[in-house]
Amino acid sequence: MSEILLQIDGREVKAREGMTILEAAHNVGISIPALCCHEKLEPYGACRMCTVEAEISGWTKLVAACLYPVEQNLVVRTRSEKVDKTRKMILELLLAHAPDSVKLQDLAKEYGADKDRFEKEASFCIHCGLCVRYCAEVKKKNALGFVDRGTRREISFIPEIAARECWNCKECFPLCPTSALQASFVLTEALISPSSSCEPESEEQATINTK
Amino acid sequence: MARISSPAELEELRKAILSKRDPNKRCITLCSGSACHASSSEEVAVSIEEEIKKQGLSGEVDFRKTGCHGFCERGPIIVIHPEEICYLQIEPKDVPEIVSQTIKENKVIERLLYTDPSTNEKIIHESEIPFYKNQQRLVFGSNGNVDPKSIDDYLALGGYSALAKALSRMTCEQVLDEVKKSKLRGRGGGGFPAGRKWEESRNAPGEIKYVIVNADEGDPGAYMDRSLLEGNPHSILEGLTIGAYAVGSHEGYIYVRQEYPLAVENVTIAIRKAVEYGFLGKNILGSGFDFNIKVHQGAGAFVCGESSALMTALEGRAGEPRPKYIHTAVKGLWDRPSVLNNVETWANVPLIINKGADWFTQIGTERSKGTKIFSLVGKINHTGLVEVPMGMPLKDIIYKIGGGIPGGRRFKAVQTGGPSGGCIPEELLDLEVGFDELTKAGSMMGSGGMIVMDEDTCMVDVSRYFLDFLTDESCGKCAPCREGIRQMLKILTNITKGKGKEGDIELLDELSEVARDASLCALGKSAPNPFLSTLRYFRDEYEAHIREKRCPAFSCKELIAYYIDPDKCKACMMCLRECPSEAIEGGKNQIHVIDQDKCTKCGTCFEVCPPRFGAAKKISGEPVPSPIPVEARIIVRKSKEK
Repeated sequence: MSEILLQIDGREVKAREGMTILEAAHNVGISIPALCCHEKLEPYGACRMCTVEAEISGWTKLVAACLYPVEQNLVVRTRSEKVDKTRKMILELLLAHAPDSVKLQDLAKEYGADKDRFEKEASFCIHCGLCVRYCAEVKKKNALGFVDRGTRREISFIPEIAARECWNCKECFPLCPTSALQASFVLTEALISPSSSCEPESEEQATINTK
Repeated sequence: MARISSPAELEELRKAILSKRDPNKRCITLCSGSACHASSSEEVAVSIEEEIKKQGLSGEVDFRKTGCHGFCERGPIIVIHPEEICYLQIEPKDVPEIVSQTIKENKVIERLLYTDPSTNEKIIHESEIPFYKNQQRLVFGSNGNVDPKSIDDYLALGGYSALAKALSRMTCEQVLDEVKKSKLRGRGGGGFPAGRKWEESRNAPGEIKYVIVNADEGDPGAYMDRSLLEGNPHSILEGLTIGAYAVGSHEGYIYVRQEYPLAVENVTIAIRKAVEYGFLGKNILGSGFDFNIKVHQGAGAFVCGESSALMTALEGRAGEPRPKYIHTAVKGLWDRPSVLNNVETWANVPLIINKGADWFTQIGTERSKGTKIFSLVGKINHTGLVEVPMGMPLKDIIYKIGGGIPGGRRFKAVQTGGPSGGCIPEELLDLEVGFDELTKAGSMMGSGGMIVMDEDTCMVDVSRYFLDFLTDESCGKCAPCREGIRQMLKILTNITKGKGKEGDIELLDELSEVARDASLCALGKSAPNPFLSTLRYFRDEYEAHIREKRCPAFSCKELIAYYIDPDKCKACMMCLRECPSEAIEGGKNQIHVIDQDKCTKCGTCFEVCPPRFGAAKKISGEPVPSPIPVEARIIVRKSKEK
């Protein structure tokens, strides 16, 4: 692997071919925020918080640091007015779904994001996909996935797999930056094993009792 | 049949096919594309077949069910060859007369001809109808002449001669150079030069490479790729095979919407026939070049028209775009070099190889060469598919070919490029269509959708409509797109409902900027375009909605009201009878009054009020005048009293 020299925030940075801007930056202690990134997982490029400015053949454009491969003489700016504005807006958009997320709140402070800018729509999930991808890539179980698309997209456990695999694992729980995952799991748990969670009456009994 | 093993054998076969065809023999062609199919062309076909038999003409007249002729608004269309007599809007009941009069007696049936609205003149020949006369149908023209299920029909028109030429007389590099020299740009969206894409793939390392047809056409109102694939599938197979040869690929895919059943059927038949004849498979035409094509049916996602999403879907996963910092031409399907072009782009390739890049570059503008097929829909007299040379002014497409706006309404804007495109206003009607010209005007070529809008169209609502489409069709993976357009749709919906507030435009602008700069794929990056282009040209409409709660087009229901002018109402009872929600009070000799609480704003009263009275009115941005007192509603008809 050949060595690549690039510039990040004015600093000369050495990186190996095939590395992303994010990896190269983190290696030298330059921090770039990222919500959907995890060392054990393939880069995903969904949260776009790692957006940075890159100067490519004379053009400046915004790229996702977690995906963009380092190039010789690439000039990267991890903070600029434009970058900060983008991150602020993304945070405000995500805070409408998960206003109580500590991780989002911390970043909101840093970027001056207003958590009340957009009307609350508490889905809790910010679609970072850490749980889905961890289960698929690391555990190779695919016990949960994304369902639907667009603004209706959500995570969902697949009850048949979850009933078999999740009880003793739950390794995805601490990855979740909000409380969506736990909420989704509790729901699935209630569906697959009604007696273990809150012991509701069976449907049949409920019908009889109301008569 | 034995596979054709050389270009010479192909020419022999072509001669044999042509020798069996008498160019002077009568042939009835009937448009059987999807649009005509929907207007019962299948029933017309049955009656043509029956009538030919019944009138004892079996064997004397040919009948061919062809693909779309393009003039969909007047379908089903029949053209009788060799005279090229064109009959429009044919119903099964017209068929006996067509056979007995035109086929047997050589008489033209006047009432089935096209009437020129400006001169009232009847036009007999298809090519003289203004809709066709002003087109240059290089790619789409054969659609009306071949039965898409017959490979012989395609061969009779010179089909597969470009492939034979490429394989026998040109090297891969020469084919590539010819396409590069032709400056052919992709007809599917961004207009990327096809030759450069091919070259990038050709030069990319790797033994296995793919060529792919993007037939996931998904723009609302667009159906040119569908019609090409349905009507002339071999032209696409031929183009793809030539491309594969140039790139060094032996495996091709056609990614086609599952909602296009006729296209799937016809292209599948075409592939089977091409394999049988030796145009696909091993050692094509004895050249030593092997190539196979598979058809993959998409599951109906607009985002799968995006190259990386399409490839992900082809791999059998959910169609989500992936980053393209490395082009798909280098790292595409299964991480291998993959050339993806849309249907129309591939269909241009045989033409370029046959007639040469020099011929091709004579057509069009400096930076946009060749022709482009547009699907002309919306508030336009002649709805249909039109193929024009690049550089034709929008005005000519809309007025000369499209026949202008129906009902004497005024043109307002034309939306091009689908949900990623934008609206072009009246003052830019002289704009010459081309990739860069449209982009500069804030819209884009896209795949060629052209939706014409008249003065009754609210531009804020248009922008809301496209954002609504996109919130459904975004894959939902990245935050700026999913969340950005979710908020944009909310704000736009509020504006159209009269709940817009100061600062909304600025917020929409800010959301647009973030979606454009930070989204993962082209869908998100271009999602704000419908808003940005309408804001650019129709800012006053946004402001009227927000500040005055007024919809200048009288279109947004929450912002308009219907009102009957008591000075003009003649108590004719028309609106009162027709109102579906019984919201109109009144009676004989009693001025009618709309009960605003009951009114659903369907507009029926406005439509039925006789124009000579003109009493029903649409109002917006002003309060509804209070109803006149009951005692003042009596109309005393002096003339009757006498």
